[in-house]
Amino acid sequence: MSTTVTVGLGSCGIAAGANKTYEKIKALKESDKLDFVLRKTSCVGMCYREPLVEITDETGTYLYGEVDADRAIEVIEKHINQQDPIRDYIVYTDLFDAPENDFIGAQVKIVLRNCGYMDPESIEEYESREGYQAIKKIATERSGREAIIDTILRSGLRGRGGGGFPTGLKWKFAHANKSSDKYVICNADEGDPGAFMDRSVLEGDPHSVLEGMIIAAYAIEATGGVIYCRAEYPLAIKRLNIAIKQAHDKGYLGKNIFGLEGFNFDIYIKEGAGAFVCGEETALIASIEGERGMPRKRPPFPAVSGLWKKPTNINNVETFANIPWIIIYGAEAYARFGTEKSKGTKVFALAGKVRHSGLVEVPMGMTIRDVIFKLGGGIKNDKKFKAVQMGGPSGGCIPEFLSDTIVDYDSVNATGAIMGSGGMVVMDETTCMVDVAKFFLDFTCKESCGKCTFCRMGTKRMLEILHRITNGHGREGDLEKLEELAYQIKDNSLCGLGQTAPNPVLTTIRYFRDEYEAHINHKKCPAKVCRPLLTYKVDEEKCTGCMVCLKNCPVKAITGERKQVHHIDQDICTKCGVCFSKCKFESILLS
Amino acid sequence: MRITRITPDKIVPNGETPDLGLLDPIIARHKGKKGNLIPLLQGAQELYGYIPKAAFEKLSRETGIPLSSMFGVATFYAQFRLSPVGKNIIKVCHGTACHVQNAVEISESLEEMLKVKDGETTEDRFFTLESVACLGCCSLAPVMMIGDQTYGKLTGNEAVKIVKNIRLAAEN
Repeated sequence: MSTTVTVGLGSCGIAAGANKTYEKIKALKESDKLDFVLRKTSCVGMCYREPLVEITDETGTYLYGEVDADRAIEVIEKHINQQDPIRDYIVYTDLFDAPENDFIGAQVKIVLRNCGYMDPESIEEYESREGYQAIKKIATERSGREAIIDTILRSGLRGRGGGGFPTGLKWKFAHANKSSDKYVICNADEGDPGAFMDRSVLEGDPHSVLEGMIIAAYAIEATGGVIYCRAEYPLAIKRLNIAIKQAHDKGYLGKNIFGLEGFNFDIYIKEGAGAFVCGEETALIASIEGERGMPRKRPPFPAVSGLWKKPTNINNVETFANIPWIIIYGAEAYARFGTEKSKGTKVFALAGKVRHSGLVEVPMGMTIRDVIFKLGGGIKNDKKFKAVQMGGPSGGCIPEFLSDTIVDYDSVNATGAIMGSGGMVVMDETTCMVDVAKFFLDFTCKESCGKCTFCRMGTKRMLEILHRITNGHGREGDLEKLEELAYQIKDNSLCGLGQTAPNPVLTTIRYFRDEYEAHINHKKCPAKVCRPLLTYKVDEEKCTGCMVCLKNCPVKAITGERKQVHHIDQDICTKCGVCFSKCKFESILLS
Repeated sequence: MRITRITPDKIVPNGETPDLGLLDPIIARHKGKKGNLIPLLQGAQELYGYIPKAAFEKLSRETGIPLSSMFGVATFYAQFRLSPVGKNIIKVCHGTACHVQNAVEISESLEEMLKVKDGETTEDRFFTLESVACLGCCSLAPVMMIGDQTYGKLTGNEAVKIVKNIRLAAEN
């Protein structure tokens, strides 16, 4: 068996410098005429160890972490030329104990089954990993449409975009509506800040999404397919375009595909233009039609009247990536994973103050604590775990004392958060929960399309109150006012954006009321984040009198002579924080 | 996303006359097709870096789409710009992961250094500073993107240093 060297070239890897690593290894291979196959793959989820290089030889598989161009020279020299793997750099292997063996071992990979294991730009590699076997199985067995829909129903798969609506049921409705034209849309407008699993699947395994869409199209008798992808994901769009062309060349898209008489199906990509609300089904349809992405009233649901007023089925990227696996292995195999009402696995994007930020796929039913501590490796810098934000701007903050909640749609909903698309932003004691609520509301306020008054005006009013609180002008009754507005917005908005926008505020008031009260009643920010509530002082022990803070202070509130302890005049200080960020000796104290 | 929405008063009058002939192939490709408005605008922006007033007028004239519809769509989506941008666009990520790891400091340091506010362009049109929602590199937070290059695990000082180096490299 020949030796292969594989470089991870997902967006996260490239950002960490993987292109340079790849070029370096390629140059070495050519200049020294080295005998190995150099391959590209995408993200394996271990973003915190990027750039990653995997070497497979006759002895086994070794995954090297943090391989920059310099380390690449070392690894190639030792491992390839001297056949002496460098143990210190190996993060994962099946041969001995490596630091990240648990990270990979604790996961169940269905959606991410190919991500990081194959070249996403090669249809042959996808086919060698059971690619297009599901649709071929359907074609050879002449499976009936009802039977396919029934399989998806029995698998218990629920919409992975956040709604959690049973996918099989959605297909059933779309199938029931007869029309000469029907559409399948893949929602790849991943707008939640802190979620990047769809990007990773599109970059790492675009064909699985195409195959999922083809199966859906066959099941509901659709004639056209659209992938609505964020323009912010250029690499995903590039790889999707390559995949679509390859599928065309092989006859997997086009007319009478897979020998199924009369089954004509084509897919094209529609680039989103940057509007969070377009993640909502009806707004997404309006956007594809070339209009402002504003939601429409439902009913009629898209299954009855969707794109160009034809029956339309919309599923999310992760949902589609599950489909081929379910068809090959069966509904029962899928339903073995998970809880009573949430079957299968879920991909989570771990980020924030967690040691191992990256992508993990776990069976539904794992506790949030296990995801963060077993897979995520716990909190950075040994700080105290405070809360985890799930579901992006539509979700909420789950406090530490509820972290034994299991991940399934209903359990997460019960906390006031939502499963959402699967972003998990971890927060520690240095995160201010009022500030987090303000951050999300600022986002939804800007992204509100403006159609419903309560969403357009209500979020603005809530944001004003939060600004007041974090600026030290909170008043008695502010919390009650926030809650009242929140329920009004939830009840009187047309789409998911407005109905969920107040969630971050409601959950933080519910679980961190004391923090709000500290801001309002005592004008203090316990996490030391809200600057107007802080006092900046010079630590007389540490100050070296270097004059850097004094020179940078925009209001000249700092006095002192060279090599003598400086002083901040509290009456002049505007609490801008410049001295704190400029001081090289950590001698500005916050209180 | 989360780019400061451009308001009509920021539209720059036709200082430079753009070469409108460049639009012809785009119009030919999309004319008469349903749902063509966004691709038309995206095509125009790709050519000029923004959508000049004259381009709006030409597109409207030749496709029959009313100016009001075009303007409505262009101001709805964060992607479209109605005024020229700098040679280098600095996108500072303000996703959740970056926010809790002090992305505000990056933006403030750059605002101070470049003497522009969020969404503005420097006088020499060399840099445009923007806040964006998630760039999807949460593991490297806080991050910024200049051109195709992503810079991660930043502090305010490091961000300033990177931007200074880009200007220096261009001057030499």
